[in-house]
Amino acid sequence: MISTLGEIVALSLGVSLSAVALASLLGLPLGAAIAVGRFPGRRTLIVLLNALMGLPPVVVGLLVYLLLSRAGPLGELGLLFTPPAMVVAQTILVLPIIAALCRQAVEDAWVEYEEQLRSLGADGLRAALTLVWDIRFSLVTAVLAGLGRALAEVGAVIIVGGNIDGVTRVMTTTIALETSKGDLPLALSLGFILIALVIALNAAAHLIKEAAQRRYG
Amino acid sequence: MGLIARVILAFLVCTTVQAQQRFITVASTTSTEQSGLFKHLLPLFEKKTGIQVRVVALGTGQALDMGRRGDADVVFVHARPLEEKFVAEGFGVQRFEVMYNDFVLVGPKSDPAKIGGGKDTVAALQKIKAAQAPFASRGDRSGTHFAELELWKAAGIDIAKDRGPWYRDTGSGMGPTLNTASGMNAYTLTDRGTWLSFKNRGELVIVVEGDKRLFNQYGVILVNPAKHPHVKREMGQAFIDWIVSADGQRAIAAYRIGGEQLFFPNADK
Amino acid sequence: MADSGRILPLALRDVCFAAGGKRIIDGISATIDAGPATIILGANGAGKSVLMRLVHGLLRPTSGQIAWQNRDAERVRRGQAMVFQRPVLLRRSALANILYALELARVPAAERESQAMDALREVGLVDVAHRPARVLSGGEQQRLALARAWALHPEVLFLDEPTANLDPGATREIENVIKAFDASGTKIVMSTHNLGQARRLGDEVLFIHQGRLAERAAVDRFFQQPASTEAAAFLKGELPWV
Repeated sequence: MISTLGEIVALSLGVSLSAVALASLLGLPLGAAIAVGRFPGRRTLIVLLNALMGLPPVVVGLLVYLLLSRAGPLGELGLLFTPPAMVVAQTILVLPIIAALCRQAVEDAWVEYEEQLRSLGADGLRAALTLVWDIRFSLVTAVLAGLGRALAEVGAVIIVGGNIDGVTRVMTTTIALETSKGDLPLALSLGFILIALVIALNAAAHLIKEAAQRRYG
Repeated sequence: MGLIARVILAFLVCTTVQAQQRFITVASTTSTEQSGLFKHLLPLFEKKTGIQVRVVALGTGQALDMGRRGDADVVFVHARPLEEKFVAEGFGVQRFEVMYNDFVLVGPKSDPAKIGGGKDTVAALQKIKAAQAPFASRGDRSGTHFAELELWKAAGIDIAKDRGPWYRDTGSGMGPTLNTASGMNAYTLTDRGTWLSFKNRGELVIVVEGDKRLFNQYGVILVNPAKHPHVKREMGQAFIDWIVSADGQRAIAAYRIGGEQLFFPNADK
Repeated sequence: MADSGRILPLALRDVCFAAGGKRIIDGISATIDAGPATIILGANGAGKSVLMRLVHGLLRPTSGQIAWQNRDAERVRRGQAMVFQRPVLLRRSALANILYALELARVPAAERESQAMDALREVGLVDVAHRPARVLSGGEQQRLALARAWALHPEVLFLDEPTANLDPGATREIENVIKAFDASGTKIVMSTHNLGQARRLGDEVLFIHQGRLAERAAVDRFFQQPASTEAAAFLKGELPWV
């Protein structure tokens, strides 16, 4: 099966959107809980979380590869060189970004909301989740940052996906391949498509955010 | 939001469907992938047997390592001594010869090492070292890298000791190495298949070809199910059987770029 | 509420609160009973806001005791509500804001909507029930905060300068709601700078000066004949023409 351009773009979107969805599901409550909670080691955890935003994609790819390889602990799953493996790797990559940015946003909002929420009897995780939903439009920025990272990275997906034609070939890995084949015009065109896609996604999110803010205040 | 959910859902459905498909994983080299051979060959096999072939293209050394870990069902590489070692260690069942092509030495038109063409790779390498002309090496344990090291040895040069700043170790595939060579006007050893489909030649031209020492043999091996029980033995064997059969061999011979044949089938009759 | 569940009276015994090396509340003892609307008065920085937060449970005293009649912590919490100077509303409809509070208070789901609508009716906001709370005017938002408190039927309602940011018209509306709370039997504990408001709404005054309870008196007596020098000076400063 040969990858067509449409398939490559669709796979990029599928993998990265899934990873961001999963990372948001895990990362938003995590970031909010850290923002609102008070426990020993909290500051160290925050520093660590911020630092993990800079995880090198190729290192994540290598670690996930070692996990999913037949010679590794999760080899039985047979996930290596499949799109789900790519989703796993990108989720790990994007999770710290979403959690750290959410923590910052929630912590800022907590200053405004804390007394009233506690007065009403909302504490801990309950308050955190209420806040996340209330500041959801500001969190769009965090999610977009994660999506941008996922769509743009090549190190993780190429190692765990194997850049298999028709199966795990995404935009960034195709650009890498075409560049290495010396077909620079093609690689460049793909690059522009990728950039255009990211700009379109950002623009759409921005418009949605503005419209919602006007409506909800 | 709804649109995104639909994209993710479609993706999940596709992935699940994909997982049900009959397929084998073949660890092969960047030279076979990038020459476009697989794009030409695999659809024929898939049509005939319904088995999808998923190729992970790395260097020969890495491909064999993949086989050792059990992450591939079949390995398809080009470094005979390494392949024989692979089988001897029990990681492969049996080695079959499939096809050959040749390497060529490419370099800048200006020919700073004054090789002047011809068929003598060994003499050429000696001239390159003497002139300290830039040379780009794969440096990635690939079949091509392996062949290059053997040629330095044949030229009586201990490249590990005698290398200098003129010897550029790129640690990457054939394409990126050719890009580097093109970019810095260096000599490099490449397989003809990749060279023919490489589009960023810059000032590079073929400098030496036709040397018997530039002969490049490809072999295919089934990863040993005794070591890795999950290996898809029947389907993997079906692939090997097909590629050494008259059908497969014919398909290999039929692959051309710009009218030129890249690979020459030579499976044992 | 059954009498056995009542949380008042509240006994403050030598309550102190220090932060950043400073003593903000310096040993306050008092008993707050049900009945009279209590106004907490004092200059800026006297400690009014901190005192209210200590009593409501948002802050912990550094020393001393805050003892409600009831031992059950859950009842103590449910028996109180607080309205702040700036209304803090969620990005939802006005109705949904009240529903949220009712959900936290574990009111059965089937009853929430009707109770919420009752509360909105009480403060005159039924027409904007489905409007996003944050696009309402300042006065409407504060009324919504009061409606939210009303829906909880607290025994004690704390108000921390509730009309400080509002124009006279909105202030009047808020005061009417507070009067309705008072009339319904809810204990009012309110801090304010607006002395006219204190006289309109209050029955007794707790005057705080530099973290201590300087004077406590019925509202009329306090304004006409302050017993303490601090209170006298304060009133002189606020109403120099008196």
